[in-house]
Amino acid sequence: MNIHEYQAKELFDRFQVPSPRGAVASTPEEAAAAARQFSGAKLVIKAQVHAGGRGKGHFRNGFQGGVHLIESPEQASEFAGKMLNETLVTIQTGEAGKLVSKVMIAEAVDITHEYYLAILMDRATCRPVIVVSTEGGMSIEDVAHNSPEKIVRQFVHPLIGLQAYEVRKLTAALNLSGDIAKQFAKMLGNLYKLFISCDCSMLEINPLVTTPDGRVLALDAKFGFDDNALYRHPDIVAMRDKSEEDPREVAASEFDLNYIGLDGNIACLVNGAGLAMATMDIIKHFGGDPANFLDVGGGASKEQVTAAFKIILSDPNVKGILINIFGGIMDCNIIAEGVIAAAKETGLPIPLVVRLEGNNVELGKATLAASGLNIVTADDMADGAKKIVAAVS
Amino acid sequence: MSILIDENTKVLIQGITGSFGARHAALSLAYGTQVVAGVTPGKGGQKFENTVPIFNTVSQAVNETGATASAIFVPPPFAADAILEAADAGIELIVCITEGIPVMDMMRVKEALRGSNSRLLGPNCPGIVTPGRGEKSHGGCRIGIAPGYIHKRGNVGVVSRSGTLTYEAVFQLTQLGYGQSTCVGIGGDPINGTNHLEVLEMFNNDPETEAIIMIGEIGGNAEVDAARWAMKNCKKPIAGFIAGATAPPGRRMGHAGAIVGGEEDTAQAKKRILAECGIAVSETPSDMAKTLLECWGK
Repeated sequence: MNIHEYQAKELFDRFQVPSPRGAVASTPEEAAAAARQFSGAKLVIKAQVHAGGRGKGHFRNGFQGGVHLIESPEQASEFAGKMLNETLVTIQTGEAGKLVSKVMIAEAVDITHEYYLAILMDRATCRPVIVVSTEGGMSIEDVAHNSPEKIVRQFVHPLIGLQAYEVRKLTAALNLSGDIAKQFAKMLGNLYKLFISCDCSMLEINPLVTTPDGRVLALDAKFGFDDNALYRHPDIVAMRDKSEEDPREVAASEFDLNYIGLDGNIACLVNGAGLAMATMDIIKHFGGDPANFLDVGGGASKEQVTAAFKIILSDPNVKGILINIFGGIMDCNIIAEGVIAAAKETGLPIPLVVRLEGNNVELGKATLAASGLNIVTADDMADGAKKIVAAVS
Repeated sequence: MSILIDENTKVLIQGITGSFGARHAALSLAYGTQVVAGVTPGKGGQKFENTVPIFNTVSQAVNETGATASAIFVPPPFAADAILEAADAGIELIVCITEGIPVMDMMRVKEALRGSNSRLLGPNCPGIVTPGRGEKSHGGCRIGIAPGYIHKRGNVGVVSRSGTLTYEAVFQLTQLGYGQSTCVGIGGDPINGTNHLEVLEMFNNDPETEAIIMIGEIGGNAEVDAARWAMKNCKKPIAGFIAGATAPPGRRMGHAGAIVGGEEDTAQAKKRILAECGIAVSETPSDMAKTLLECWGK
């Protein structure tokens, strides 16, 4: 789950992580009021979408740029009017763009130096790792590639938590001293608290800046949250903006289906995440192109299969469907009946290949054959993949 | 021989009265597994299917029945506690089936289990099966949710992160007439109790296991670590498969751990390293057993 910039600022404020002053606005009037609130400071207005590349983007109405310096409350109102309820297209949104429903008015800070700071969950050591670099403001992948010695890592003990000496090591690695070092140490402690108590999977600040007036600020932040932990964070769940997500993925999640849309034309419906990935792979292996990842979990009830069919068929690129179910414990005949019901309800306008294996599979296959529907059965995964690739080409 | 469990292993089930736990407890009993106890706080003194005693705590269950392995079927918010309770009671093998446990919980559990005598399998795993010698492998030890009847007792060890891909491999082997020593699901989460390498090491030391299928997927470096270890230390033929060649980077593919982060954890990179380490890599998931038989000289 991702959050907006203004929501990241809310989290920073709550955990006393200093960031530029700012406020969010949903109307031009609110934007003007926010600008008045921070009068005296140099201000910037930013369209709130999850995608990057906002500054260089353009709006469908012709207005250029999703980020602008503003000189006055009147100008804040004017620019907000051109951004709000308009569609912003950036390098990351694709041609469809993103509808802007909020803008943020924030202090535009002068920068002395840009740093990089991230906290991640490291799989290899099973503990959090803090990553810092003096080379902020650019892609960390480039820094890692060109000057790996400028990236410093500190692993943190999962039960003891962040220690003062670890903070001192990182402060030294960034060559910070005096009051700036003190501010950084306090900020890092608070960021670590935020990371742990909000069940983050990633917290990246790039850049973290020092300013000519002696402040340390988190300028731009990217958050990742552990989906498995959202049940204990209703406040973070409330930050979810479904309009930023693929509507098919939102619909799928309502039926406990795990769906990820891709670019191909062969849809697949599979039980189990590993088998679902492997099914996409085998479609590709035999010359096809998968249209999605779809894991129906261990169940594959009639309701789930019907919902899955509807989501799959809402993708205009889809020219065929491959169902691959290893019904180890589930009765394959019940799955077959579910598939037939779903096919009848949705009309089944495209070829369907079904590979069923497992418990009571003979009866399941017989049920499919007797349905009178245009369903092709397959003997194994390879057979199924070959048949669906042939059917769509 | 087999690894971790055999037909004499005494199993208890934490969460035996929930619908998921009850269903699979019944299937394990029907498979011939020695399910000796259930644990559900507040239901101590009752019996499951009129035969298996239910206890309030794991330590009571262990003291009364001598159980040495546990299957955990409790919901995600309570799963970390259940694992720690099992370890505290001295359970040797803890198999956590629960899917959806927060990573922070597993991080603390993993650290807390360091140095303990308990081994954790999972979470988010199908469990472990040592097939029996009866019809359709009846009489074996089944801990978790795998379909028992697809197995056959034999000499191939199977280790995998994914449940249904494990069943696929086991089914292919059995169809071709080759049985399994033990089939181990290690789970699809980013932090798990036992990794591929540790299971390969156990298979390598098990006289009954003659060949191995290792199934992995995108994300992390567990398969790569295992392959590098195997190149130096494992004398038995290994076939491998890595799922997720078509997965887009940065997206979580169902399993919380199945996400491509860098260049090294893509399916392509893993397959290349596995092959360099002498593992026969199956091109498609349909050929896992066939690939093993070829490199095994069968």
